[in-house]
Amino acid sequence: MLKINDINVYYGNIHALKGVSLEINQGEIVTLIGANGAGKSTLLKTISGLLKPKNGEILFENEQVAGKVAQSIVKRGISQVPEGRRVFSNMSVEENLELGAYLRKDKKGIKEDFEKVYQLFPRLEERRKQQSGTLSGGEQQMLAMGRALMARPRLLLLDEPSMGLAPLLVKTIFRIIEEINQTGTTILLVEQNANMALSIADRAYVIETGKIVAAGTAAELSQSDQIRAAYLGGH
Amino acid sequence: MEIVQQLVNGISLGSIYALIALGYTMVYGIVKLINFAHGDVFMVGAFIGFYSITVLDIGFFPALLISMVACAIFGVLIERIAYKPLRNATRIAALITAIGVSLFIEYGTIYIRGAQPEAYPSGLVPLKSIELFGVKISGQSILILGTSLVLMVLLQFIVHKTKIGKAMRAVSHDMDAARLMGINVNNTISATFAIGSALAGAAGVIFGMYYTKIEPLMGIIPGLKAFVAAVLGGIGIIPGAMTGGIVLGVIEALVSAAGYSLWRDGVAFVVLILILIFRPAGLFGKNVREKV
Ligand SMILES: Nc1ncnc2c1ncn2[C@@H]1O[C@H](COP(=O)(O)OP(=O)(O)O)[C@@H](O)[C@H]1O
Ligand SMILES: [Mg+2]
Repeated sequence: MLKINDINVYYGNIHALKGVSLEINQGEIVTLIGANGAGKSTLLKTISGLLKPKNGEILFENEQVAGKVAQSIVKRGISQVPEGRRVFSNMSVEENLELGAYLRKDKKGIKEDFEKVYQLFPRLEERRKQQSGTLSGGEQQMLAMGRALMARPRLLLLDEPSMGLAPLLVKTIFRIIEEINQTGTTILLVEQNANMALSIADRAYVIETGKIVAAGTAAELSQSDQIRAAYLGGH
Repeated sequence: MEIVQQLVNGISLGSIYALIALGYTMVYGIVKLINFAHGDVFMVGAFIGFYSITVLDIGFFPALLISMVACAIFGVLIERIAYKPLRNATRIAALITAIGVSLFIEYGTIYIRGAQPEAYPSGLVPLKSIELFGVKISGQSILILGTSLVLMVLLQFIVHKTKIGKAMRAVSHDMDAARLMGINVNNTISATFAIGSALAGAAGVIFGMYYTKIEPLMGIIPGLKAFVAAVLGGIGIIPGAMTGGIVLGVIEALVSAAGYSLWRDGVAFVVLILILIFRPAGLFGKNVREKV
């Protein structure tokens, strides 16, 4: 579904992604784990069209999308839940969800998706008219996810959805990610919480200072001594 | 009753400031630029209204409409030509460019048509004045207030209820998050300039009708005062600009009423200084939350 071949991304003269390649198949949950500053968000921003790779290709359903503007990426079916939620805190929950469906014109489908999102996150329905800035961190995460789903994406990119949330809430969020995946949405999950991420993923990549240093099935990587020492707290 | 009369004058004048201030505040909200050329768009609007009325021989409302449309296009051109290339430049570079654009429009206008003033024809709208609690309110004041009010309500509707309005709020809050929704940021910024400039154009025609005399440098002082009004209300906040404009107009009228009419222009800047010292986020501003 998504195939990234040898991309290089720079911030000025900071070389943030160094020849990154990665593949995601239809229906999978793929996780990308790595420490702070490794380049995870940079990769998601590049896929979403917020950053342009200097070279290399990004193929989405066999079409080159590297360097395309964000709008055209969303239109093709890739949505992102950015790091730190980035909800529009000056707007209501409902308005945030409407913005998620910004490019869609099918009123009926949008209405259905509102219902689906409210089913997935009943909290959001209760708080429909509330300013999203007043939501708790967990609720904002749900809103950011619901907002991305309103675009009816085929590939959903999630950037550290567990960040700053209480363990119980993290569990809920991960259960919902699995649910979203089961309804047919392919998922690329970026996490520092490697334990949790590997527990729901089919396959995983490990990124260190802009380079992919390990790849394999989630089961394989959870067994690897090296990965366990570096990312799983050595248990 | 003299004081009530002054109050009515103040509110009329204030609603002109408010219309201009809205453009300042909307543009600042979305691209964090103080568009110092905005007062000159107001001037151009006044002239377009004037020529529409005198050359095309049409009435106040059609002239208002033509001026608004022309200024909307003018505002978009200014943004695309002068500001867009500087979107990632330092703020000071954009600010200096805005001052350059302002001078260019002022002296461009003088180059094209000369510096001589014009007078709006009187009796454009045959409105009778009305008596309210013993106060005579001129038809023009009512027309100004009514028009401004309608435009502000329309703006609130656009910003809160329409798709483009929601996109504008999203972009002004978080540009990258807005991009992730598929919002076209460039078009949204253009729409903001278009709407802000249309309001300035409307203010220009209303000003011409109310004060009669228009000239190429007429945008400077009202532009600065509208800027003060925007800061007073809290720059970037739409209801703040409306309130700031009215409050400033009323303060000026009261200062005149107290017999200090020569101090009228100075007062706006005293207000600016006081606001910057005591409440830099403005009347409607929350404590500043810097983005990390
Ligand atoms: N806007 C930016 N400008 C300059 N450098 C940046 C910017 N954003 C990220 N970086 C740098 O790029 C590297 C990767 O960052 P990022 O992708 O955010 O890492 P991660 O998401 O894995 O924590 C880091 O060294 C970071 O300092
Ligand atoms: Mg990150």
